[in-house]
Amino acid sequence: MPERDEDQVEEQSGARPFWSGTITFGLVSVPVELLPANRPRRVSLRMLAPDGTPLRREYWSPRAKESVESGETVHAYEIEDGRFVEVTDEELEELAPRKTREIDLRLFVDRDELDPVFFERAYFLAPSKGATKPYRLLAAAMESSNQAGIATFVMREREYLVAIIAENGLLRAETMRFADEIRSPEDAGLPARSKVEKKAVRRFAAALEDLFADELDPDELEDRRSRAIEELVRAKLAAGKDVVAPPAGRESTGESGGVAGDRAVIDLMEELRRRMKSGGAPAGRNAPDPGRQARVPADLESRSKQELYDLAKRLDIEGRSRMTKGDLLRAIRRSA
Amino acid sequence: MASTIWKGVIRLGEEAVPVKLRSAVTDRTIRFRLLDQPDGAPVEQRMVNPGTGKTVPYENVRRGVETENGEIVVLDDPELDTLSPPESRDIEIIRVVPSAAIDHRWYVRPYWLAPDGDPEAYFALARALEAEDREGVARWTMRKKEYQGALHPRDGYLMLVTLRHASEVVSAAELEGPTGRELDPRERAMAIQLIEALSGEFEHEAYEDEYRNRVAELIEAKASGKRIRLEPKREKRRQESLASALEKSLAAARKERSVA
Repeated sequence: MPERDEDQVEEQSGARPFWSGTITFGLVSVPVELLPANRPRRVSLRMLAPDGTPLRREYWSPRAKESVESGETVHAYEIEDGRFVEVTDEELEELAPRKTREIDLRLFVDRDELDPVFFERAYFLAPSKGATKPYRLLAAAMESSNQAGIATFVMREREYLVAIIAENGLLRAETMRFADEIRSPEDAGLPARSKVEKKAVRRFAAALEDLFADELDPDELEDRRSRAIEELVRAKLAAGKDVVAPPAGRESTGESGGVAGDRAVIDLMEELRRRMKSGGAPAGRNAPDPGRQARVPADLESRSKQELYDLAKRLDIEGRSRMTKGDLLRAIRRSA
Repeated sequence: MASTIWKGVIRLGEEAVPVKLRSAVTDRTIRFRLLDQPDGAPVEQRMVNPGTGKTVPYENVRRGVETENGEIVVLDDPELDTLSPPESRDIEIIRVVPSAAIDHRWYVRPYWLAPDGDPEAYFALARALEAEDREGVARWTMRKKEYQGALHPRDGYLMLVTLRHASEVVSAAELEGPTGRELDPRERAMAIQLIEALSGEFEHEAYEDEYRNRVAELIEAKASGKRIRLEPKREKRRQESLASALEKSLAAARKERSVA
């Protein structure tokens, strides 16, 4: 079984897998790659100098009154105010869990037993090259028995407790908080439950009913602030106001923020699709058609009508101004 | 211990429920400070202009957005302030949905709500949500930042879980697993049997963050002038054909069960 190191994974834009390893299930191994399941926020602000130059973070020694290189620092734990215990990198390395690339599923539990409050961060698992068959088998078996696998695994020198969940033939890893990180109502100092009058409950039930909906409307959970910033940025770009050209020789960092918009969205989805289709062939070789495909984001359902309209405009879809949200969705799908 | 992070008022139509936000989780990761090696003083972070090498004091730092072409569009504080929601203590319930409607993939961080003052309205709301098997979609502004959350009943109390924005969540419906030839029914049946053989109760407390414990021990030992050592171990595993691996695993799992 070939083992790959994080640093050997090819550099790619967007959703680069940052962990590759093996799920073991009895004596069966499934080589997989981890991809983040959530996208970054649409807009992140950068800190700038008065002249608009992006700033760099630096360590500064207040005693020596000069900047400190990262090699000149040491980790320390503050045991009490102003008293530190220094811990060297070598000591921490010695304590780090042994570098393993295994997620060993020794326990399966009923999915409903896992409280979502345990979950901290989600990753998609994509099969590595040649691992499609055992991957599909594991996913199908887990899904039909409604079981989730439990394991611990090591990523970036930390140990994680993880639940592996199968959905739509896709495996997902949810890192979980440890039990001592979850507070009970008593831990949080909540008062004893007290009796309430039926009348009061009925009053609240009626107020709730006025707001009933059968499902979540993603439009109501839009990133309104990012959208407002994007609008302001577009207006300023159009007017040429407060725009600073990139300094010569400095390339856009991309990941450090900015208007990611659709680009980030496409990257994650395309990356995953590509891996699923090709059974994990290294990305880049069978890159998607840069034309059409790249212009149609995969999360159409979660888009507002306005966004769908904008997309339809870019795709030159005729009659778009008279279309309902559903019509737009269908037309965009057809054109893709 | 149980410190209140923020105080707000749940607004549900005409009803008002004053609450206190308290974290429902604690991050026990051991965090280090960085010290300057020569003199052991904690270092500070400063923002430096890479062009001039000069430190820019925080009051002079401006904000901006980098476009895809690498241009910077400067946004000044007064402009950003106009985009910020007005300050308010209201936690507005904008929608009430069935309790399964908000998938945990939207979740960011859970908070317990404690009644602030008279508990009657608080427990009445918790009871009503429980009876309807519903949860509320809430929106509020906390320290000048807009948040959205799911308000749900839990153990008779109210919990508020902050939610991601729509653009950050990949819905399960958009994705499909890898496809291929139909799976061998025999292998599939064996895989299900193996899962059954390995299935059990989830004992959350049985898992501990061993790395964190080891780091804590090291710090303690060093604080009292001692030193500890740990030896790493290694195991090996061989891969064989899928069907025979499943058969052997199944036999091993069954044997383990019958002994236990």
